Amino acid sequence: MRHLAYVFVLAGCLAAALWLEPVLKVNVLRRRRRLLLSVAPVLVVFVLWDLGAIAAGHWRFDKAQTTGIMLPGGLPLEEALFFVVVPVCAILGFEATRAVLRRPAGDE
Amino acid sequence: MTYTAAVLLGVAGALVVDLVVLRTRLVTRLVFWAAYPIVLVFQLLSNGILTGRKIVIYDPAAILGLRIAYAPVEDLLFGFAVVLLTLSIWIFLGRRGVQRGPAAGDGSALLRRLHARRSARSAGGGVGERP
Repeated sequence: MRHLAYVFVLAGCLAAALWLEPVLKVNVLRRRRRLLLSVAPVLVVFVLWDLGAIAAGHWRFDKAQTTGIMLPGGLPLEEALFFVVVPVCAILGFEATRAVLRRPAGDE
Repeated sequence: MTYTAAVLLGVAGALVVDLVVLRTRLVTRLVFWAAYPIVLVFQLLSNGILTGRKIVIYDPAAILGLRIAYAPVEDLLFGFAVVLLTLSIWIFLGRRGVQRGPAAGDGSALLRRLHARRSARSAGGGVGERP
């Protein structure tokens, strides 16, 4: 179970935000194309940053607490998924906030 | 380059995208600063687990050493850059007409009740509903 530690953190993030879709009908997952086009560039930019940081030795990952599935450049799969999960959660939270406050966000 | 320097560049980059490149100007909007603290709480929580449990380990030479909830203070800025860049692109796409709708809250009975109560209250108080 210990090697799933990072996976559990990602699952926890999703659990904290995904309920907004059915309960507040934020319609983020429903706008799949827009979501995909938003997440993709963020994933690319921050995976590149991560690879640079790993190469520079800024941070490393505990092999005992990750699945061991590695992407090229020494990037654990979970770390790449982090840059999918966090943007999705951020958009869900943002859209929920604007739905409650009914304030303009610039795309009306 | 240290993580500290990299993250300052990252935040500057995200701000340039928001203010100059995509011109979404989210950092000038109330709704962004209302949403960000909520996102931040969950960032502190998840980042606290990742760093507190030493799932991610930092080179002490690459960071200032100041830590908030186990995480290097640099991580706060890193998270800010991720969130701002994401939301800036999301709003930019909506503005360009990429799946602008269905809008957030469309079809939510819970929000309908909430807003109905709010507008009834503001009508009673003589204050018009916000556009």
